[in-house]
Amino acid sequence: MVDTHSAAAAGDNPFVLEARGVIKIFGQSKALDGVNLGLRRGEVHALLGENGAGKSTLIKILTGAYQPDGGEVVLDGEPVRFSDPLHAQSHGIGTVYQEVNLLPNRSVAENLFLGRQQTRFGFVRKSLMEKNARELLSRYGLDIDVQAELGTYSVAVQQIVAIARAVELSGKVLVLDEPTASLDKYEVEKLFEVVTQLKQRGMAIVFITHFLDQVFAISDRVTILRNGRLIGTEPLAGLSRTDVVRMMLGKDITFAPAVTGIEERAAGPALVEFKACGKAGKIHPFSLKIRRGEVVGVAGLLGSGRTEMARIMFGADQCDAGEIRIGDKPVSLTSPVQAIAHGFGFCPEDRKIEGILGDLSVRENIVIALQGKLGWFKALNRDEQMEIAGKFAEDLDIRAASLDMPVKLLSGGNQQKVILARWLATDPSFLILDEPTRGIDVGAHAEIVRTINRLREEGLALLVISSELDEIVAYSSRIVVMRDREMVAELTGDNINPSVIVQAIAAQHETVAAEGASV
Amino acid sequence: MKFLTKLAVAAGVAALLSSAAYADSLKGKTIGFSQIGSESGWRAAETSVTKQEAEKRGIKLKFADAQQKQENQIKAIRGFIAQGVDAILVAPVVSTGWDAVLGEAKDAKIPVILLDRGVDAPQDLYLTSVASDQVKEGKVAGDWLVKTVGDKKCNVVELQGTVGSTPAINRKKGFEEAIKGHDNIKIVRSQTGDFTRSKGKEVMEGFIKAEDGGKNICAMYAHNDDMAVGGIQAIKDAGLKPGKDILVVSVDAVPDIFKAMMAGESNATVELTPNMAGPAFDALDAYWTSKKQPEKFIITESKLYTPNDDPKKVYEEKKGLGY
Amino acid sequence: MKLKRFSRLINPQSIALIVVLLVNWALFPGFFDVTWQDGRLFGSLIDVLNRGVPVAILAIGMSAVIATKGVDLSVGAVMAISGAVAATLVVDGYPAYVAVIAALAIGIVCGVWNGVLVAFLEIQPIVATLVLMVAGRGIAQLITAGSIVTFADPVLIYIGTGSFAGLPMPVVIAIVLLILSVFLVRSTAVGLFIESVGVNRAAASLAGIRSGLLLVAVYGFSGFCAAVSGLIVAGDIKGADANNAGLWLELDAILAVVIGGTSLLGGRFSIAMSVLGAIIIQAMNTGILVSGFPPEFNLVVKAGVIILIFTMQSPLATRFIEMRKTTRAVARKAS
Repeated sequence: MVDTHSAAAAGDNPFVLEARGVIKIFGQSKALDGVNLGLRRGEVHALLGENGAGKSTLIKILTGAYQPDGGEVVLDGEPVRFSDPLHAQSHGIGTVYQEVNLLPNRSVAENLFLGRQQTRFGFVRKSLMEKNARELLSRYGLDIDVQAELGTYSVAVQQIVAIARAVELSGKVLVLDEPTASLDKYEVEKLFEVVTQLKQRGMAIVFITHFLDQVFAISDRVTILRNGRLIGTEPLAGLSRTDVVRMMLGKDITFAPAVTGIEERAAGPALVEFKACGKAGKIHPFSLKIRRGEVVGVAGLLGSGRTEMARIMFGADQCDAGEIRIGDKPVSLTSPVQAIAHGFGFCPEDRKIEGILGDLSVRENIVIALQGKLGWFKALNRDEQMEIAGKFAEDLDIRAASLDMPVKLLSGGNQQKVILARWLATDPSFLILDEPTRGIDVGAHAEIVRTINRLREEGLALLVISSELDEIVAYSSRIVVMRDREMVAELTGDNINPSVIVQAIAAQHETVAAEGASV
Repeated sequence: MKFLTKLAVAAGVAALLSSAAYADSLKGKTIGFSQIGSESGWRAAETSVTKQEAEKRGIKLKFADAQQKQENQIKAIRGFIAQGVDAILVAPVVSTGWDAVLGEAKDAKIPVILLDRGVDAPQDLYLTSVASDQVKEGKVAGDWLVKTVGDKKCNVVELQGTVGSTPAINRKKGFEEAIKGHDNIKIVRSQTGDFTRSKGKEVMEGFIKAEDGGKNICAMYAHNDDMAVGGIQAIKDAGLKPGKDILVVSVDAVPDIFKAMMAGESNATVELTPNMAGPAFDALDAYWTSKKQPEKFIITESKLYTPNDDPKKVYEEKKGLGY
Repeated sequence: MKLKRFSRLINPQSIALIVVLLVNWALFPGFFDVTWQDGRLFGSLIDVLNRGVPVAILAIGMSAVIATKGVDLSVGAVMAISGAVAATLVVDGYPAYVAVIAALAIGIVCGVWNGVLVAFLEIQPIVATLVLMVAGRGIAQLITAGSIVTFADPVLIYIGTGSFAGLPMPVVIAIVLLILSVFLVRSTAVGLFIESVGVNRAAASLAGIRSGLLLVAVYGFSGFCAAVSGLIVAGDIKGADANNAGLWLELDAILAVVIGGTSLLGGRFSIAMSVLGAIIIQAMNTGILVSGFPPEFNLVVKAGVIILIFTMQSPLATRFIEMRKTTRAVARKAS
């Protein structure tokens, strides 16, 4: 491991790809202000910063998606100007984004070899291509049907396919933009094996993530950006987590300490009760009571039935059997419209696909559920919308240049807050949050955890699904554990701690690492 | 003018007479008729007239509607051959791809007569074809205008059919041939009305605006009656009198133009006769009775109708034909 | 605020319209002449409005459909059906109001049919509405038995050719429909819901929007607009021409919506801009008629103008204009 970050001292291992004093201006604001980044062969270089710090912009400049307004990009000592990502790719620079950019309705093999299919006499050699695809993926520990459509696989598999493709295409530099956001721990480990292997092959790897433990697990050096400026590039060996967080935020943050005495407060009658609700092929029948003033945490790996449970609770899917009661009255719950009428709200796991209305404004995204509740003809006028959106934007510290800007231009954390605001505007009594802190920056993360605690204190009933164990134990009054589409445990009191949860999840998955992420 | 009228009357009378005395060679014969479809009023009228003509002659007509598809027509013709009909009439939907099926008919010794449109196939595969002469239609319309305006200066606006379509090209050509050498008559504007009433009206509206509120226009020539009907409405809307302030001449002779003629709003129309079957049957008769090979191309008459031809009577005759 | 209002009027569409009108004027000096004749306004400019009405009305409904990320290919055929129904009814002796109501009802039924296919059977809009585009004209031909059904009913004729307050009746109908639909869309939550469903139907449904019902309503409205348009076209020629009424107008309507700046990918939409788009198209058509160009030029000229408009609207051009603005702002700051 190289223990210095000055270019002069690294004569024996010069930078493969380098950004020198890069400036990028959008409209009136400087997204990047004189940023340097140097990548060496055989290193994993973590790029950290809160959302809006300029990580994505820097990556887009390095990979040709944007052109710099100042400074230069240097490849193997020569200044280059990539016209587009394809151009960068042809120079050995590949990228894998958080949202997989492949074709879901084509086969895995076709996705891997798209644009460079092996042909004979102009015909695609399908069987050869599929054989190669199988071989290639086996190196990544994936043994799947390469003829099946990519979209039928989990995001995790799609992600690995995307990485395999990018590595095949490039070979010098691999940019991983939040690759682990959708992966469970087992899959993360798999990915890290792959990354280590690539590193040994001499690739330079840029690794963007919000998971600090992952940064420490695999990175050699780290570059930290804040507000478009370079804060520093350091070898990771000499840094503590607190150092990194402080550099990212410019301040110390801590989560609220685990709340005590929640159970007593939440001893009242159930607000909503699910009795033996299940859906064939999706989730085994489950029973759960949720009371006012409590947070029910849901732990479990991807595909364990967490999201399926949440969708049934919100009426987005219907259970085949079972009963749902509100208070002590049985109710029908066959659509989100009904659920909302009962005072439910739902922040879905996949923000982009099921959450935000990307082209609409922040204001409209916030008022939409309330307006849906009011109906077609009791329209909120613009001023009313502004007032409501403004209030919740302030409450949740939503950082948007204007409430009229399209929500898709906000960072992930702010988008998540917008969706939370959307439900708070409907004055809900029961909120279902599916992975509310996934893929968002540390600051927004803390804000959302704070909000969950606040809402509980205000007497809402909450159900929160999260993979972040230390986070979920911090705010949950009870935790239910899901495994293989089944609710397998309900933890209370002293059992609410990461190791018990991991044991419950891992009862049949010995491979799961038994450590909780900590920030 | 008078001469022409006499000629027309004579032709009418002759037609009546001839229909009174049909040869017996056709009686009881079975003839198959593969029609394109019913995409226009004229097509529907052709079907009705064919049925009428067959009935008058005691022919058993087998009718097949191809709904604009050649494959249906080929199927129908094969069906006729299998049924052993005595002759086949075809209004071909396209001009190519007929060699095989016409060959089959020839092998079965069943004479085939093409109606209304020709085909790209060796001439010995069919007995004859009956069609109108579209250039002549335009010429008859043009001749009428030349006679009517005499030496007076006359600016003509032309409502063309669909750009590039054969009738539009031919009817334009014929009209231009007729007015050639008559420098007093000039086509000042020409635009496409797509053979439709509403486009005809729209185009005529534009022409009227562009030609000093219509005061510069002496005549409107439309490639079909539908556009003329639309154009007449536009003239009326502009506060002018169609048929008087602006002469109206068009082609087709559909019933609605006779209504306009009755109201004095149309001056002349050239008939595209829906009676293609009559001449076809006559040719068959001659072929069967005297073994006489008919001409390969039988041209139907392009008859001119003016208000002197009792438009009310013609209208009543044509009304029921399905135009 | 006033300045902002004014600056909103400066957009590629209105510039295009002005340019087209000026070109028309250059080719035909009498283009802007409007006179009073027989109790109504008379002139090329009025023709542009009057002839633009059928497409403009289709574009009103089409805007909403396209905003939901859909498209309605059946509107031309629905026009033919509506005209055919109205014409046959009055010819059969029914009073005009029965004919009008029946025609409008049939239009709504056609639209609702499309909406059900799209919303509940989840057939892609282009396929779902293609069914009625093809079958609808056949239905219209069945109703009219393949011929033009001519009528003399004064009410139907008034709808197509009458005038009100000096303006042609179709123009009056279009203005009323435009105002009503803009009101319906913007002063209720319907516009927001349409845009939500168009941007992201899954997310909108999870936010509590009855997206299925909304889609059916939107397609139903498009069918209604097509029926109105069909009545006007039939009234205009005093007859229902099942073969030609509304033929290919669905494409003009889509074009009008796109010229108006609504994306075919759904989301933001403006009914007024779509109507402006329809007027631009008609201004070109009328311009070609009065210019005296041979008809072979029609499509080329149209294509050229449309390419120009789309270039002006393209992201590249927008970025260029933004850049000019920024540079100018920076230059102003520097000085």
